[in-house]
Parts: sequence; structure tokens; C-alpha cells
Amino acid sequence: MSAADLTADGGHETPLSEQGPAPKQVVVGYGFWLFLLSDIVIFSALFAAYAVLSDATANGPAGVRLFDRQRVFIETVCLLASSVTCGFGSLAVQKRNLTHAYVWLIATLALGASFLKLELSEFGAMMAMGAGPSRSAFLSAFYTLVGTHGLHVTAGMAWLIVMLTQLRTLGFQPMVRRRLFCFGLFWHALDIVWIGVFTIVYLGAH
Amino acid sequence: MTLGKLSWAAIPFDQPIVMGTLAVVGLGVASILTLVTYKGWWAYLWREWMTSVDHKRIGVMYVILALVMLLRGFADAIMMRTQLAMAAGGAQGYLPPEHYDQIFSAHGTIMIFFVAMPFVVGLMNFAVPLQLGVRDVAFPVLNNVSFWLTAAGVLLVNLSLFVGEFARTGWLAYPPLSEIAYSPGVGVDYYLWSLQISGLGTLLSGINLTTTILKMRAPGMGYSRMPVFCWTALASNLLIVAAFPILTATFAMLLLDRYCGFHFFTNEAGGNPMMYINLIWIWGHPEVYILILPAFGVFSEVVATFSGKPLFGYRSMVMATMAICVLSFMVWLHHFFTMGAGANVNAFFGVMTMIIAVPTGVKVFNWLFTLYGGRIRFTTPLYWALGFMVTFLIGGMTGVLMALPPADFVLHNSLFLIAHFHNTAIGGVVFGVLAGYTYWFPKAFGFTLNERLGKMIFWCWFIGFYLAFMPLYALGLMGATRRMQHYSDMSWRPWMLVALCGAVFIFAGIALTVAQLIVSIRQRDRHRDRTGDPWTGRTLEWSTTSPPPPWNFGRLPRVQTTDAHWASKQGAATLASESNELTSVHLPCNSPTGVFLGFFAVVLGFAMIWHIYWLAACASLGALAVGLIHAWRPEKEIEIAPEEILAHEARAVRGVA
Repeated sequence: MSAADLTADGGHETPLSEQGPAPKQVVVGYGFWLFLLSDIVIFSALFAAYAVLSDATANGPAGVRLFDRQRVFIETVCLLASSVTCGFGSLAVQKRNLTHAYVWLIATLALGASFLKLELSEFGAMMAMGAGPSRSAFLSAFYTLVGTHGLHVTAGMAWLIVMLTQLRTLGFQPMVRRRLFCFGLFWHALDIVWIGVFTIVYLGAH
Repeated sequence: MTLGKLSWAAIPFDQPIVMGTLAVVGLGVASILTLVTYKGWWAYLWREWMTSVDHKRIGVMYVILALVMLLRGFADAIMMRTQLAMAAGGAQGYLPPEHYDQIFSAHGTIMIFFVAMPFVVGLMNFAVPLQLGVRDVAFPVLNNVSFWLTAAGVLLVNLSLFVGEFARTGWLAYPPLSEIAYSPGVGVDYYLWSLQISGLGTLLSGINLTTTILKMRAPGMGYSRMPVFCWTALASNLLIVAAFPILTATFAMLLLDRYCGFHFFTNEAGGNPMMYINLIWIWGHPEVYILILPAFGVFSEVVATFSGKPLFGYRSMVMATMAICVLSFMVWLHHFFTMGAGANVNAFFGVMTMIIAVPTGVKVFNWLFTLYGGRIRFTTPLYWALGFMVTFLIGGMTGVLMALPPADFVLHNSLFLIAHFHNTAIGGVVFGVLAGYTYWFPKAFGFTLNERLGKMIFWCWFIGFYLAFMPLYALGLMGATRRMQHYSDMSWRPWMLVALCGAVFIFAGIALTVAQLIVSIRQRDRHRDRTGDPWTGRTLEWSTTSPPPPWNFGRLPRVQTTDAHWASKQGAATLASESNELTSVHLPCNSPTGVFLGFFAVVLGFAMIWHIYWLAACASLGALAVGLIHAWRPEKEIEIAPEEILAHEARAVRGVA
């Protein structure tokens, strides 16, 4: 219900909670927010596990010896920049500018891919040093926490590819716009989780 | 290895009990399938039920699933009771320990995840949108997907009976016992995959119902006018959204330990089994309230309706519900006081546990004051409510008793604990869902259940519960532990025999439930509900026809008070207003997405359990394909013209709907 409808009600304002079922855009966004919260609860369990196990190195290598902070810094820049491009993509979708939407969303995809490539090279280098997930409880928790975030980025990229195809085949249908809105929320949420990972795992390494 | 760990050896040909069950279940399923095929019902089932996105149909399917699984879970229960009635002193009973261990694990897992959960979710699915005065849940197709994911979990857990084995670890699969080193078989994998899949369904359903309650209410229904059942459903679904992801994460860690050699909970390489116990109970304690809060909601509706009075202390009821919702996350450690967290930590959680009993006490007083001075009608749902108040009170008090850490050190893992949680689970959740089942049955099907049989069912459960579990309190104090397959102290035997008698009473109650259904269907013309309001109800679900049309309400009701339907019957407020004219209604189309996703989930789970990785990859690709096809579906809706709505309402007035 728009503001105009409210004032048309004889100046008597109906409280938001009594205005009847919300429009579909609101309902979808709200439901997706709840999903994101539940996803963040999954991460919080993994963070808790990491916090408990971060000292359980079983005489194996500790984080401070394994992590390459320079690489992680570039990773972080890629991911944060992808959030910016994703934001511009959302604006282009709002203005229904197809070319701009493609450009910004493909940039998002590219930055996501660079992030993922750096992460995989980090995992590869660690495993080459004999620091795989089975080495110690600390490393199990590390790979699971960081890897789950990486899996989310992968899923987000697959989703983005689907959405680019949908933009091409279906155009700016309401359904497509709702999904792109949810995708934006998802992508920004991954940034928030990464900030937690960066702080707790990499900056907190000891 | 094309078939992974799977071979003919997986089927327990040498176990007559399992093979006999397989024969009976196989014959039963085969005869049902033959009947459906012979009668040509497949098209109807597919169109009207399996692919339905109508919240009422999905709710009914959940309840049917729960009732079927109640039979399975109860079969496990009576086997355990018979074993313990026999296996005293020199006698060993008929169940060897490795089989007995699977039975108690399956009993707990099934009763919580596949009986209580689907029953509660089914009732919420059915009643919440009707009580809110809207046409469906927020995401109807997702609702159907949730159901089929739950059904997929059910199928996997039942498959474990005949192909392979089930976990021998207890219903929460504590490590290190559940780790690959100590449970190398497929039992724990069956447990984990079936619960991961059904847990995903539950989470999606929780998101769906939370969004529905917060964003989809009839015009005028502010939060302070919502029926109490909707409030309890809101609390329960918020807890699902907050707690189930922890279960998913915890099981994922255990799966990584078992499949990929990780060390989250192992004894070696720094793993921490105690972390699992913390994590699982951070989910597990809210889970208790996920189940009991909607039952409290049912009792609130039932007590108000059959007292002919508004619920006493609506606001305090809402406050108590939401207080429990928050506090339920602050008591988890009372499940393992003996683990050695230290006196101060134990004291904190002990005090919190006593505090959470306070809002529950508020609720009990509210129900009592609602009854006080009311025009009470002693129908079956009210029998359940009264039986609940007495029984749950005892269960609650024994719970507070165990909230004292020193007492818990004595009672931990004893049969006293078993008696306590069955006291609340049966006296609270089971009585609650059976009350809800009887209460909303006429709304779902258009005729009431046979009252005489309904009361007999109540007495069987009520007497059966006391006979089966009161002896367990005594046995617990005498030192009997849970999960024991045999005992040598002959003085326990009389108590065990009484407990078996109780189980037989409960069996009679379950058999009568089936009989009641058959009798009521045969007598449906005598008990037809032509008004849509067979109980003189108070909330909006009783303002539409029984059964409601697919669109629930031709015009969305305009709500001005709590108990909106009651107020409109009293002439205190009207539900329709001049500006609320009849327009055509749009409903979502049926969708086969849920059925296909459920199918691929079963295949994926089965393939992972047996390490058939190529099949798991195929199933994942299949699920992905279903998702993509769904993403490109045309956004079509069914349009119901005003004439059709008027025709339905006219038929209802003539009493032929």
C-alpha cells in the first residue's frame, strides 16, 4: 500500500501491521532475509567450532605459519570490490538499463572468480605443505569455515550466471527483478561473513 | 566399485524379526499401490495432493505422514518394553544388544523428527493461514518442497530397517561413539543423511511460516489481534529458523569427520567430542520448545472455545510465549551437567532452567482461569487439554527437580530422566497434537470425528501414559539406567511389567485412532458440519466453509478485535465492509518441483550412505536440473472469477458444499 492510499483513508492512518498482506516484492525480500539469517547461524556454528579448535593444532602447523596475509588482503579487496559492482548492478536493474546491468554483474562475476581462484591457490599451497584438513582439528575447522564461505561464493556465482541468462531470455520481468534483489542481498551477506573470517581467522592467527 | 559399500550382505536375511516386518510392510505397501492403480486414483493423487501447493492439503499430508510414522515409532517402543519385561536375571529376552541399540536410537529419532515435527508443522500449515484470514502461506511452492524433503527423510530412515542398519548411538549420535572408528557401519550415515534432508525441509518451512505470520495477515489483524495459536506458531518458527541451522552445521561437521577424515569430534588430533554435545543441545533445547509451543497454542484455542470465554490474560499469554522463545536458548547445558563444566556454569544453567518454568506456569494459570466460570463443553479436544494440564504439570515439576545440578548428578541418564521427558513429550506434545487433530478435523474434511471413540482414545492414552511412565520414575530412583537391554536386579521386574501394561493401553489408543478414522468416515453424513463452525469457535478459520474452498476466503475478512469470528457472531464487529467488494482471486498453480526434488534427495542420500558417488553426482545434477526448470517456469496463476466464489458460497448456505 502506497503513501497515497493511506492518506486517502480519510487522513486516518492505518498502522503498518493492520494493512493486510504485504506486496509480493516485500514478502519475497523478507523471506530471503530470514533465509540469510539462518545461513549466518550456520556460519556462527562454524565460527564457534573454529574458536574452540583454533589452538588444537596437534603439534602440526599453526595459522601464523600457514597464512599468507598479502594474498588474503588481495582476496578481501576482490570480494569487497565485487560488492560495490554488485551494488551498481542492482542500481542498473532498478533503472532497467540492460547494458549497465550486464557490465556490472559480469564484473561481479569476474571479481568473485578471482577471489575463489586465490582461495583455492591458498588451499593448494597449504595442502602441499602437508597442512590438509585431516592434519589437526584446527585445520579441520579452518578448511570447513573458509571452505563453506567459498562454497557460498561458488553457489552465488552459479546463481549469477543463471540470472544473467534469465535477464537475456526473460528481460526485466518482476520475477527476475525479485531474484536479482535477493541475489544482491546474498552477495552482500557473504561480504559480511568474510569480514568475520578475515578478522577472526587471518588477523587473529597466532 | 560401482555400488560402493552396497551388497546383498546389507539385507539382514538372518534376522527373522526384520524379515517378518519387511514381509508385512512390503505386503501393505504393495496392496496400497495395487489398490490405487486398480481404482485409477493416481491422476487424482498427483493433481490434488502430491503436486498441490494448497497449505491445507500440505498440512493434511504432514499429519498423515506423522500418524504413519507414529505406528513405526510405537512398534519400536513396545519392542523395548517387552524386552525389558522379559530380560531380567538369567533371562536374556529376545533382542540381542546390537539390535536393541538400533531400536532405541530409531525410536527417539523417529518420534522427534518424523512424528512430532511433521504433526506440529502439519497443524501449523493447516491452521495458521486460516486463522490469519489469508489465502495461503507466503511461498506455496516452497511449502510443497518442504513437505517432500521431510518425506524423503522418512523414506531413508525406514529404508535403514531393511537395507543395512540404523545407528546404535542413541537419538543424538554422540561422538566419539558415532565416529567412523567406533561406528564403521552405515547406521550413523542413515541417521545423518535422513536428518540433514528432512532438516532442510523443516528450515524452509520455518522461514515460510514466519514470513507468513509477519507479512501476510488479513487487513486489521495487528499483532495484538492474532490468535494465540498463531503467536505460538510464530515463536516456534522463529526457533526453527534460529536453531535448525546449528543442527545442519553440527551434522555437517560429523559427516566431514566420517567421510573425509576431519577431526572435529574425534579422540585424535585435537578433536573435541564435548563440542558436539554443546552444539547439538544448542539446537536440541530450542527443539523442545519448537514442539511444545504450538501444542500450548492448540490448548489455548481449545480451552477458550469450549469454555465459551475469551482466553484469560491474552497479553500475558503472548508475553509468556515470547519469553519462552528467548529463554529456550539459554538452558541447553542442563542436558549435561555431569560433563564437568564447573559449579558456576552449572549453577547458571540450573537457575535459567528454573526461570523458564515461570512463563509456563503463567500459561497454566491462564488456562485454569479461562475455564473458571466458563460454560464448559466436555468434548474430546477439551479432554486432551484437561489431561494435559495435570500430566504436564507433573512433567514440568520433575524437570525443575532435575534442574538442580546436584540432583541431576544422581538422576542423569537414569530412567527417571526418561520418565520426565516422556511426561512432557506425551503429556504435552502428543496430547496437544491429538487435541488439534480432533479440533481441526471437521474444518479439513467437513465432518467431525466420532466423539465416543475420541474419548476412549483419550482414556487409553491417559491411563496408558501413567502406567507406562510412573514406574520409570521409581525405577530411576532405584538406579535403573536408560538404554539398558538387560538387568539382574529382580526387584525391578514388577515395575517393568506395569510399564509394559501401560504400553499395551497406549497401543489400544493408537488402534482406536485408526478405528475412529474409519468409523467417522463411514458415518460422515451423520456428523456433517454444514455451518463451517461445528464447535462455536472464536477465530477466523471457523468463519469459512468446512472444508474451506481453495481460496479460503472469498473476501479477505476485516479484523477489528481479537476472536474476530466470535465478535462478528455477537454483532460486536463485522468481518466484511462496504469497500471490501468481491473481486477475482488469483491462486498459484500446482507444481511437481517438490516431488522431483524429494525423489532426487532420496537418491542422493542413499548414494551417499552407501558411498556410491557416481549416483550421488547424478542425483545432484538431477536436482539442479529440476531447480533450473522451475526457475524458467511461466509465472502462471489460476484465476477464480467472482461468480465461482459466489456459487461456492451459495452452495454452502444451502448446505451442500
